[in-house]
Amino acid sequence: MKKVYSRPKSLKKVPMHYCPGCGHSIIHRLIAELLDEMSLRETAICVPPAGCAVLAYNYLDIDMVEAPHGRATAVATGIKRVRPDNMVFSYQGDGDLAAIGTAETLHTANRGELISVIFVNNAIYGMTGGQMAPTTLAGQITTTSPSGRNTKTEGPPIRVCELLSTLENTTYLERVAVNSPANIKKTKKAIKKAFQHQQKKTGFSLVEILSSCPTNWKMDPLKSCRWIDEIMVKEFPLGVIKEVKC
Amino acid sequence: MNKQLMYGTYAIGEAAIQAGCTCYFGYPITPQNELPEYMSRRLLEVPGGVFIQAESELAAINMVLGASVAGARVMTSSSSPGISLKQEGISFLAGSELPAVIVNIVRGGPGLGNIAPAQSDYFQATRGGGHGDYKTIVLAPASVQEMADLTFLAFDLSDQYRMPALILGDGMLGQIMEPVVIPARKKKKLPEKDYILTGARGRPARLVKSLILDTRQMEDHNWKLVRKFQRVKQNETRWESFLLEDAEMVVIAYGTAARIAKGSINRLKKEDPDIKIGMIRPITLSPFPEKIIRETAGKVSDFFVFEMSTGQMVEDVKLSLEGRGTVHFYGRPGGVSPTPAEVARIMARHYPQSKSTGKK
Amino acid sequence: MKGKILIDKQFCKGCRYCVEFCPKGAIRLSTALNSKGYSFAEFDEKKSCTGCATCALMCPETAIEVYRE
Repeated sequence: MKKVYSRPKSLKKVPMHYCPGCGHSIIHRLIAELLDEMSLRETAICVPPAGCAVLAYNYLDIDMVEAPHGRATAVATGIKRVRPDNMVFSYQGDGDLAAIGTAETLHTANRGELISVIFVNNAIYGMTGGQMAPTTLAGQITTTSPSGRNTKTEGPPIRVCELLSTLENTTYLERVAVNSPANIKKTKKAIKKAFQHQQKKTGFSLVEILSSCPTNWKMDPLKSCRWIDEIMVKEFPLGVIKEVKC
Repeated sequence: MNKQLMYGTYAIGEAAIQAGCTCYFGYPITPQNELPEYMSRRLLEVPGGVFIQAESELAAINMVLGASVAGARVMTSSSSPGISLKQEGISFLAGSELPAVIVNIVRGGPGLGNIAPAQSDYFQATRGGGHGDYKTIVLAPASVQEMADLTFLAFDLSDQYRMPALILGDGMLGQIMEPVVIPARKKKKLPEKDYILTGARGRPARLVKSLILDTRQMEDHNWKLVRKFQRVKQNETRWESFLLEDAEMVVIAYGTAARIAKGSINRLKKEDPDIKIGMIRPITLSPFPEKIIRETAGKVSDFFVFEMSTGQMVEDVKLSLEGRGTVHFYGRPGGVSPTPAEVARIMARHYPQSKSTGKK
Repeated sequence: MKGKILIDKQFCKGCRYCVEFCPKGAIRLSTALNSKGYSFAEFDEKKSCTGCATCALMCPETAIEVYRE
């Protein structure tokens, strides 16, 4: 028999620290597959976030530098401006990108930095133990919104792709999910497209990935996948939010 | 380059360019805006030159981190409140052992303070400034020429020891014009940058980070940083001695305060040629020139510290003296620059009576 | 088409994604535990695996290798 699927070369053969069913693990693998398929392993430089995925450097076999919480796109900006021929991408969670790092995200996008952002939206702070995120849904219970997020006082969840779509220099913004085989395939295509936009120097590209956090959502992994379908996509509709032809 | 009249901030900027700085990231704040303005013009003329006016000091220092890890010589500048914002990034640079040159043109504080020259950021600069166990190299110029010279040095030391180097100026030094010669870069033999990120072509992937979850490893890393700083202390401590040989009282001051103090000493000498006041001017505030101060205590018992703050470096002087001698302090915080005449009056008051020549 | 899969049971955390999404119902969870204490995915060779790789696509741990004739 012929081997039709095995671990991508860019993904180190070590067990991941993520919880069972965590979307980060799937997204890491998709990135590694693309690094292999697009021959990017030798030019890629990744800036992981502060959060669960800070340890991405234990798994992705590429050059990496850690950024302070929220500052990944500023660090990526510095790298890309010095090394325009490298494939530079940040990997950030919702708290990192849309709370503490909102200014960096917005202005990096507005400058049209030729980087790609992998934005993992799981509507919660994972590593710190399930606190309310900027993307936490209305009414969603977290450890710091014990009676559910009150949109009157805590604001509604921020739709990052839509927010960035008004900026002239953003050229590719898509929202996808990693909760089913079909969606995972779409996610891989979307990340590929973001990398292609960077290669063709069209502008700033970002893929927002709805991803499950079973532990902090207090659901089993399969229920988490269904929750994305049934609840989360209503607030965060999937699809291409903006694309400028490249 | 020939001698020319230049602003202090321009001298830093031009020296940085000559030193091979190709990237500048910053955010406007008075009194240092002339520096980013200068860099925005000059970096256009430099191949691969990058200038970004960032959205904040936070973003700027992290762009610095990115450019540094990508292998560029990179600089940022700001003034006190902005430097406070940069501290997170400076701590990350130190923890990740990345070089960068950071210029602080200090203004009066705390809070928004004012925009006048001050020395109130001494503690922040010399104690690391951000969170965690680390120190940075801090250079204190006292003239426009020295602003240029120490900029060259800052880049070299920062690269050599893989740690951030700060230039601690103030609004006066930044905005005065003086004749200056910007020399061509003397290329120093520096360690190869074998840590920078270029993409893992033909080599294992590299990782630059400051997260060390294992406590023993983190402890080792902390001690490693300490040992590195001890090497800096051993090799790079710099100061200027002025009339120290037969001094009966030694003034210790840095930067603009040292210029004023020098004027005061000259003034007193003119009035009374027998008065014997010398000066030690720390050029590196971190590492602090504690050895020369301690040695001087064997010959002199009175030390006069003058700072444009409520008294920060004076603590390092006392630590250096380890109880020897008497330390007199005069401070003018809040952005006040006293005249040499005023400081001379205070100096004379503290000049040891037994040594006084009696003339007035 | 005939296929088979190899599951690295030490990598598996028992999330059940492969069990749920296998179109042939060819994967089940073990009653035994792996060294981390998880019930792990097991391939049922009697079922008609086509080597479609849906399990590998879903697997967060990249614990599955897929073979096809």
